Amino acid sequence: MSTAASAAPPATRPVMEPVPVRVTSVSKETHDTFTLTVAPPPGDPVSAFEPGQFSMLYVYGVGELPISISGDPAVRESLTYTIRSVGQVTYQLVTRQPGDFIGVRGPFGSSWPLKEARGKSVLIVAGGIGLAPLRPAIYSILRHRGDYNRLVILYGSRSPRDLLYRKEFAAWGLLPDTQALSTVDYGGVTWRGHVGVVTTLFRLVRMQPKETVAMICGPEIMMRYAARELEARGLPPEQIHLSMERNMKCGAGFCGHCQMGPYFVCKHGPVFSYPEIKPYLDLYEL
Amino acid sequence: MRKKSYRLDEKGLDALIAHLREQGYQVYGPKVEDAALHWRPITGCADLPRGWTQELAPGRARLEPDNSAALFHHWTCAEGLKAVLHLPLVRIMAARRDNGWFRILDNPPPAARCAFVGVRPCDLAALAVLDRVLLGDRYADDIYRARRQGAFLIAIHCQRSAPTCFCASMGSGPRARSGFDIALSEFAEGDAPEYFAEAGSPAGMDLLEACGAAPAPPDWSRAVEEGCARAAAAQTRRLDAHAAPQLIDALFDSPHWDHVAKRCLACGNCTSVCPTCFCVNYEDRTSIDGREAERWRLWDSCFTQSFTYIHGGSVRSSVKARYRHWLSHKLGRWQAQFGTPGCTGCGRCIVWCPVGIDITEEFRQLQLSAAAAASFATKD
Ligand SMILES: Cc1cc2nc3c(=O)[nH]c(=O)nc-3n(C[C@H](O)[C@H](O)[C@H](O)COP(=O)(O)OP(=O)(O)OC[C@H]3O[C@@H](n4cnc5c(N)ncnc54)[C@H](O)[C@@H]3O)c2cc1C
Ligand code: SF4
Ligand code: FES
Repeated sequence: MSTAASAAPPATRPVMEPVPVRVTSVSKETHDTFTLTVAPPPGDPVSAFEPGQFSMLYVYGVGELPISISGDPAVRESLTYTIRSVGQVTYQLVTRQPGDFIGVRGPFGSSWPLKEARGKSVLIVAGGIGLAPLRPAIYSILRHRGDYNRLVILYGSRSPRDLLYRKEFAAWGLLPDTQALSTVDYGGVTWRGHVGVVTTLFRLVRMQPKETVAMICGPEIMMRYAARELEARGLPPEQIHLSMERNMKCGAGFCGHCQMGPYFVCKHGPVFSYPEIKPYLDLYEL
Repeated sequence: MRKKSYRLDEKGLDALIAHLREQGYQVYGPKVEDAALHWRPITGCADLPRGWTQELAPGRARLEPDNSAALFHHWTCAEGLKAVLHLPLVRIMAARRDNGWFRILDNPPPAARCAFVGVRPCDLAALAVLDRVLLGDRYADDIYRARRQGAFLIAIHCQRSAPTCFCASMGSGPRARSGFDIALSEFAEGDAPEYFAEAGSPAGMDLLEACGAAPAPPDWSRAVEEGCARAAAAQTRRLDAHAAPQLIDALFDSPHWDHVAKRCLACGNCTSVCPTCFCVNYEDRTSIDGREAERWRLWDSCFTQSFTYIHGGSVRSSVKARYRHWLSHKLGRWQAQFGTPGCTGCGRCIVWCPVGIDITEEFRQLQLSAAAAASFATKD
């Protein structure tokens, strides 16, 4: 990109200061979920991210929230977020118009273990909006397809109308050495696909457990069952990774809100290996 | 640095304060306000709490008249130094809207050169803990750094301890060993108090020299050591924080948390007065015409319901879980995260808890419950 060198980013921007960015598109994924792209200043560190990392998105005068980056990490000109409108700030985010400005801080947190997964197969397990933080990992794997063995993407959502990235998902499934399966909790009369929680798809997966790295993101209860079941199916626990959600006010280790046992999820996570997080997953109200 | 010690009288202490003020410091000291002691700007010894001491007990803090000339016959201010250095309320961002676009306005951290007179060893230790948390990690807190960097610290060793003090078992007092520019000890047997002053930094020594302080009599240092040793020996409360990191996970299901939860009001007093509790929240404020927006940072408490809110509910919705998180973090997990416990033994949380919950007693009970569970398990 030619402009990257000309506009040098500020050497030290306070970590709590958002960068104003222009919204370039807002597209509807489902009845309540939208994908937002923004244009960060060329070359700005705010757009250099690893798959699995998140930004803090600020709506002028309304509030700020942690949102995972859902776009392609190789594309530095834009940042992409997929947001489910569940409350005040997410509603304000998804109702932005192209040309509006929002604030971005970050990127923050740990990332999916794409280096460790080289030479192995990758099993992606997503539930609901959890597919968004995994999509950059899928893009990265597809870009370096030769570095990985099989790619299996399992995706569960509540109902057919909640499925994200439908066209893209179907296209993934047609790629060689790739399996992409989805399932829903309630199918309705027209749904021809799988029904049941995402772990029911495990029996359809063709892979060598010892040679597979799993990346899981979704509701906590789904991750707990998925990780447990994958371990039972022979995946070494250190090859299972999952991404945690907690209340995050700063993203930088200052506010204390994101603590989970010994961890600050914003800086030690959100992506953890299963052995790191397993002792704390089952502790109710930890 | 050469260890040098000096003798000061009250005039000498006044001269120190005056020098600091001339150098542009805002000087803070313990001051009586609203029937309690608080860190407030002072201009000289006259602002210090002469004639007052404290009655400190679980759920009880009273100022009591004191029949002596001493300026430091008290222990702790209601808050730690975080009240001045890790500000309770501060604007972290200002933005202005023009045609749909918004601009981040300049918002320099409220820098101030702060000097403190009469910092207790437990509070000095707390500052080292805050430094580790707010400056020693991947990101540094700019606001804290701007105020902390230039701070000048005049400590006071404790030659008596309050019934709620347990610094001796935490290794943080009653004698300060480092982290000060000057450390004082007060001798107030006669009509006029006198001070044994140790320089702890070149700046501290320069200041003492500039004020023309005389060298200390040779036997004073021993007297201070002995006074502090007596204060340590008199402490009845103690806490074995070394045991905490190994214990905390095993304590998760202890029935004792329910006993605490029955008393705990989840008021957050303990986190406000704790000198190391650092958690904050951020709030947005907008001018009525929407042209200006600000983000403010304010102290927060892990005892609130909203602290762990994520869509669908709070992670720690019961009071039991919130107290368990606080104690587990403070005593145990803090050590894994920052290499030090988050407790210095100042006793504030015991004093300011409306129902007198005592961290030393609760931890002792938890240890007992763990021991009981372990012996039950071996009998099985
Ligand atoms: C690391 C991480 C990544 C995430 N990625 C995505 C994503 O890619 N897409 C997506 O749709 N959602 C994501 N979320 C969840 C998203 O942050 C919440 O859905 C959102 O905070 C809800 O806020 P709200 O105001 O819209 O709704 P409400 O649930 O009504 O929340 C009300 C208020 O509670 C507070 N609050 C709620 N949840 C949080 C939180 N997690 N952290 C801090 N404050 C909170 C906020 O002040 C919020 O305004 C992510 C969360 C985390 C921690
Ligand atoms: S805890 Fe120790 S250092 Fe703090 S006031 Fe009490 S005696 Fe002094
Ligand atoms: S989000 Fe503030 S400490 Fe993790």
